[in-house]
Amino acid sequence: MAEILISLAKIIVIVFVFVMGLASLMTLLGDRKQSARIQNRLGPSRANFFGQSLFGLPHFIADGIKMLLKENIVPAQSNKLLHTIAPALVFMPALIGWAVIPFMDHYCTGTVEVIMPGDGYGVDHYTEVCRGGEWKNYFSIMHMNSGVLFAFAIAAVSVYGAAIAGWASNSKFSLIGGLRSTAQMISYEVAMGLSLAGALVIYGTLNINEMVRMQGHLLGDWLPMWGIVVQPLAFFLFLLAGLAETKRAPFDLPEGESEIVAGYITEYSSMKFAMMQLAEYAATVFIAALVTVVFLGGWQFPFVYADGFRIFDIHTTFGLSEDVWYWVSIFLRIGAMVFKILVLVWLQFMMRWTLPRFRYDQVMTLGWKILLPLSIANLFITALVLTIL
Amino acid sequence: MGEVNVKKVNRIKPSLWEKSYIPEIIRGLSVTAKHFFGNLSPRESRRQIFTRAYPDEGTDYYPERFRGLHRLMLREDGQVRCVACMCCSTICPADCIHIEAGEHDDPNIEKYPDVFVIDELRCIVCGLCVEACPCDAIRMDTGVHIPPYTERDDAFFERDLLMQLGGLSEAKQGGNTKAAAE
Repeated sequence: MAEILISLAKIIVIVFVFVMGLASLMTLLGDRKQSARIQNRLGPSRANFFGQSLFGLPHFIADGIKMLLKENIVPAQSNKLLHTIAPALVFMPALIGWAVIPFMDHYCTGTVEVIMPGDGYGVDHYTEVCRGGEWKNYFSIMHMNSGVLFAFAIAAVSVYGAAIAGWASNSKFSLIGGLRSTAQMISYEVAMGLSLAGALVIYGTLNINEMVRMQGHLLGDWLPMWGIVVQPLAFFLFLLAGLAETKRAPFDLPEGESEIVAGYITEYSSMKFAMMQLAEYAATVFIAALVTVVFLGGWQFPFVYADGFRIFDIHTTFGLSEDVWYWVSIFLRIGAMVFKILVLVWLQFMMRWTLPRFRYDQVMTLGWKILLPLSIANLFITALVLTIL
Repeated sequence: MGEVNVKKVNRIKPSLWEKSYIPEIIRGLSVTAKHFFGNLSPRESRRQIFTRAYPDEGTDYYPERFRGLHRLMLREDGQVRCVACMCCSTICPADCIHIEAGEHDDPNIEKYPDVFVIDELRCIVCGLCVEACPCDAIRMDTGVHIPPYTERDDAFFERDLLMQLGGLSEAKQGGNTKAAAE
């Protein structure tokens, strides 16, 4: 019973509070306020809450209420069933993927003991062992040995939503948008998966928490071996492919406002439209989380470990007892994870307001002729280097 | 086959540095990031924002002949100057001036506006009424914007209200100010 309650609490906190909160906040902060600052404008400030404008924050609540109150129009000739379930098919994958994202290492109910190489246990790296207790999975919804595969499988499923939405709307613009999004997402998934394969070859595991743990190892006692350090090219490829996966500018061809109205969301209105939009923002946050766990060290806070602060030969807990330090490290690590996600989300929005849009053939060229060969080369070289070493 | 005029366009081949995109993307990001952080800065001088939260924050550099809310000018004895000639309501392209003429008790004054209503929401602030007025009875130099209304009825400005705005002159009416100053 307690386990179920903990799972429910994790789902509510991670998915509904963190992801949904961030995604809906981004509709205002990312798209409207940030763009305004970049373009030397003030941005929306008129919605207020009891006379307080609160930097325009009530705008996203006002938007939500407006969306709820709008008339829900279903085109007469559309496939009603598919038209109705398509927003859910787009929206759910963006949330289900969070099941495997760890926000912190497993919690140790006993005391964390650290084994270093040369202690006689035969470990290659800094390793944490839980003595007198067990690792409890309190900080990710699900502990899955094939977490990366799961995340990618779920991310790939969101293609269906867009394609079905485009087809069910029975509108040519929608159909073109749906086809474009299908082509784009399938193309970039290949490059994305292959650039990730390089990282997987190095980590040798599909378990995301294990991958993050390995990124805590220090190279030469001072450089954290984050994915971006060992796989810099793959990081850029993955980020770029991830950006294309979210279907946002500069890769917003499936919705290209200037050419096909709004692509596969043309015929949607009311909350269905809002769900389509929110799914995009949620996907943005999800891609940020994936990049974080694979390439930016996940919940690793540089040099902060469960048993103290370590750099070179220094090992200190700043005078705190071990139990207190463990809790400090938990908060620092959760904070690091959230901070990294926020920075990456911010970066994706910066990209959106910086780069001009691609032409459709350029998107395909970039995906198949540049990213794919580069990611294959990256995988090949990584495998070669690992074999030689 | 006719002759085809071909113009050779000198295309600049991007160098490998540019073609790799990443350094150029970073350069572009640094520009936008500079604007973003500069405009978030608490120091006013760092910000480059040129829009303003308008009704909350007025502006200070209206031109001298700025047109705003209308006002009705007064005679020396405080009566309305308008003679209800209908010039303004005739010329008004937005058809926002409604005048009903009334007979005046004073035999020297032929007519006066019994009802004079301007629908400020319909007004397009073109200033033609001011131009058309033969006796300088209507001006738009109050220096006050037409405010946003939530109630439709608030937008109808009647004669007495327009006369009350009389004292607020900020701008110089065009041309000879001596005549305008009375």
